Amino acid sequence: MSAAAIPYTVEPRPDSGLNNVKIGIWLFLASEVMLFGALFAGYILLRVGAETWPRGAEFLSVPWATTNTVVLISSSVTMVLAWAALMKKNFSRYKLFMGLTVLAGFGFLGIKYIEYTSKFHHGYFPSTNTFLSIYFLMTGLHALHVIGGMVVNAYFWGPGSKMWKTHPQQFINRVEIAGLFWHFVDLVWIFLFPILYLL
Amino acid sequence: MEDTHHEEHHHEELGFWRKYVFSVDHKVIGIQYAITGLLFLFFGFCLMMLMRWQLAFPGRALPIIGGLFGDSRMPSGVMLPEFYNQLGAMHGTIMVFLGVVPLGVGGFGNFVVPLQIGAPDMAFPRLNMASYWSFFLGGVTMLVSFFVPGGAAQAGWTAYPPLAETTPAPGQALWLIGMVFLITSSLLGSVNFITTIIQLRAKGLSFMRLPFFVWSQLVTAFLLLLAFPPLEAAGFMQLMDIVAGTSFFLPSGLVVSGQALEVAGGGSPILWQHLFWFLAHPEVYVLILPALGIVSEIVANNTRKPLWGYKSLVYSVVFLGFMSFIVWAHHMFITGMGTVMSSFFQTTTMIISIPSVVILTVLLLSLWGGSIRFNTPMLFALAFLPMFAIGGLTGLPLGLSSTDIHLHDTYYVIGHFHYVVAPGSIFALFAGIYYWYPKATGRKMSELLGKLHFWPSFICMNFIFFPMLIQGMAGLNRRMYDGGASYAHAQPVLHLNGVISAAAWIMALAQVFFVINFFRSLKKGERVGTNPWQATTLEWAAPSPPPHGNFATEPTVYRGPYEYSVPGAAQDFSPQFNPDGGSLSENQTA
Repeated sequence: MSAAAIPYTVEPRPDSGLNNVKIGIWLFLASEVMLFGALFAGYILLRVGAETWPRGAEFLSVPWATTNTVVLISSSVTMVLAWAALMKKNFSRYKLFMGLTVLAGFGFLGIKYIEYTSKFHHGYFPSTNTFLSIYFLMTGLHALHVIGGMVVNAYFWGPGSKMWKTHPQQFINRVEIAGLFWHFVDLVWIFLFPILYLL
Repeated sequence: MEDTHHEEHHHEELGFWRKYVFSVDHKVIGIQYAITGLLFLFFGFCLMMLMRWQLAFPGRALPIIGGLFGDSRMPSGVMLPEFYNQLGAMHGTIMVFLGVVPLGVGGFGNFVVPLQIGAPDMAFPRLNMASYWSFFLGGVTMLVSFFVPGGAAQAGWTAYPPLAETTPAPGQALWLIGMVFLITSSLLGSVNFITTIIQLRAKGLSFMRLPFFVWSQLVTAFLLLLAFPPLEAAGFMQLMDIVAGTSFFLPSGLVVSGQALEVAGGGSPILWQHLFWFLAHPEVYVLILPALGIVSEIVANNTRKPLWGYKSLVYSVVFLGFMSFIVWAHHMFITGMGTVMSSFFQTTTMIISIPSVVILTVLLLSLWGGSIRFNTPMLFALAFLPMFAIGGLTGLPLGLSSTDIHLHDTYYVIGHFHYVVAPGSIFALFAGIYYWYPKATGRKMSELLGKLHFWPSFICMNFIFFPMLIQGMAGLNRRMYDGGASYAHAQPVLHLNGVISAAAWIMALAQVFFVINFFRSLKKGERVGTNPWQATTLEWAAPSPPPHGNFATEPTVYRGPYEYSVPGAAQDFSPQFNPDGGSLSENQTA
C-alpha cells in the first residue's frame, strides 16, 4: 500500500457501509438544503409581512413552467436510466441516456431564458417588487445549480467517461453521485414551481 | 512495498509550488491556514489599536504614523468617523472569519485531526486545497475593500440593513462577496472534516476512544456545514439589494438623511437579523469548541491523569451543538419580538449554558490531584479556564430579556464576548501553537520567551476587557466614535478608556516575544523526538515533523485517549498506539 493512499475512496468502509464520496455528497446536500431552506424561510417571511402579494400567474407564465417541470423530471428519469445502464455494463446505452439528461438541461435553461426575457420585455425586473425579487433570486440560484449539474454530467458523458475502461466501479460511483446532485436540483424545482407560480 | 518506494520518491520530486504553495498535504494546508490566520489576527489587532487611539484621545491627531493614512481617512492625523466605522466593522469581520476560525478549524483541525485519528491525509485532499484558496481569496477581497471608493464596509461585522445598504456600496458589496468566498471555504472544509472523521479512523479507534479535540472538531464541522448557508442566502439578498435595486431588507417608506429612498420597499430588516444570527450564534461555538478541544488535550497531558468525565465532555459537546441552532434570537430581544418568542429563546439560552458549565467543570476537576507541569502550553490552557468562565457567566444577564434591555449594545456586550474569544479562544490557540509546534517542526519553542509572552498578555487582557464590563454597566454604548465623551452619563467611566488603550498597546509589545520565539525556534529550538510531551494520542506516534502520508505503518489503537498514570504500568502514560501499555522505547523519549 502506498504511503499516501486514502482508504475507502471506492469500496465502502465496513462499519459505516459507505464510501467517502457518498458521505461527502450527502453532507453537501444537507448544506444545500439549509441554503434553499433559508430562501424559502425568507419567502414566507416576506409574504406574511406584505400587504398584497400577487398570484404567480399575474407575472409569470404557468404553461412554460409546467413544461419545464416535465422536462426536469424526465431528465431525472434518464439520469437513473444512465446509471442503471452502467450497472448492466451497457456503455452505449449509458451514453444515450446521459446525453439525453444533458440535453434536457439545455431545454430547461432555454425555456428559463424565454421566461426571463419576456419578463424584462414587460418591464418586470427584480427591483419591481418583493415577489419578483424573490422569484429572480430563487430561480436564478436554481439555474446556477442546473448549470453546475450540467457541467458535471457533460464531463461524465464526454472526456470523463474514459474512466469506464480503467476504473469501472469508481466511474459508476461518480455517476451515482452526480445523479444524487441532479435529483436534488430537480427536487428544489418541484418546491419552487408551486410556491412561485401556483400559490 | 515497491509501490511505497515509488510513491515516496515521487513526492520528493514535487516542485516548490506543489510542495509548499498548492499542496494537497493536510499538514501543509494546516500550516498555511495557521500562518494566514495569525497574520490576519495581527492585522485585526492593528485595526483595533488604531481605534483605541481615537477612543482614548478623541479628535486628537495620531502622532508619527497619523499622516500615512491619507486625507480620505485621517486628514492631518485626525481619524474621520467614516474611517472609525470601517475599522470597527473590519476588526470584527477579520478577527472572527479570517483570524480565529481559520486558525482553530483550518489550522489546528487540518493539521491535528488526521494525525489524531491515524489517517494518511484528509478524505478529499484536493477539496482541502480548494478550501484554503477560497479562504485566501475571501481574505484578499476583504483587504482590497479598504481601497475602493468610500472605503471598506462600515455597518459593523453584523452588517445590519438598512444601514449596511445606505453606507457606500462598493465596500459593502465587496464585504458580501468576500463572505461568499469564506462560506464556500468553510463548506468544503466541513464536508471534508466530517467525512474524514467518520471514514478514516484507524483500526480500533472507536468513537468513544476519539481524543476530545477530534470530537470538538466534528461538532464544529456540523455547525459550519449547516449554519453558514443561511448567511450565504442572506448575503445574496443583500447583494441584490445593493446591486440590482431590490428591497429584500428595505421596508416601504424608508427615509434616509431626510430623503425618501427610491426603492419598491416591502422588505424586512428583521429578516436579515434572523438569517445573520442563525449563523452567527453557532459561529460563537465554532470559535470556542476547537479552543475547548485544545485545552482538554493539554490539561490531560500536563496533569498526567485522565480527563475527569470524558463521556460527560462528549455528550455535552454534542448537546451543545444541537442547542446552538435554537438560541439565535437572544441577540434580538430589543427588536420588539413578542413575549412568547423571547421566553422561548431565554429558556433555550439558559439550557445551553448547562453543557458549557459541564465542560468547564470537567476541565477544572481534571486538575484535582494531578501532578501539574507548568509549561507554556499549560499556562495558556490554565488561564483559559477562568477567562472563559468570566466570558460565559457575563453572558447570562444578556440571555435574559429584562436585563438585556439595559445592557444591549453597551460595552458590557463587548467585554462579555471578548472574554470568551480573546483571553478565551485566542489563549487556547496560543496554547495549541506551543503544544503542537514540536510536532510540526521537530523543535520545541523556548520556555523562557513563552513565559515572557504569557504573563504580560494575561495581565493586559484583563486590563482591557474588565473595564469594558464596568463601562457597559454604567451605560456606555458601543460603536461610539468619540468613546462616549459627548455623553453626560458616560463621564464617570470615561477615564477607563485610557487604561484600556494603554493595556492594548502594552499587550502588542508582549506579542513581540511570541514572534521572536516562533521564528527563532525554527532554527535554534531544542530538537525533539516523536513524543516530547510524553502524550498518549496518535499524533505522537508519527515522526516530528510527519512525512507525507504521516505514519510509517498503519497505526492500531488499543485503548482510550487519556490513559495517564495507569496503576501498575511501567511509566505514567499508556499511549493509544502501544499494544502492551507502553514500555519506554527509544524514540518516544524527548
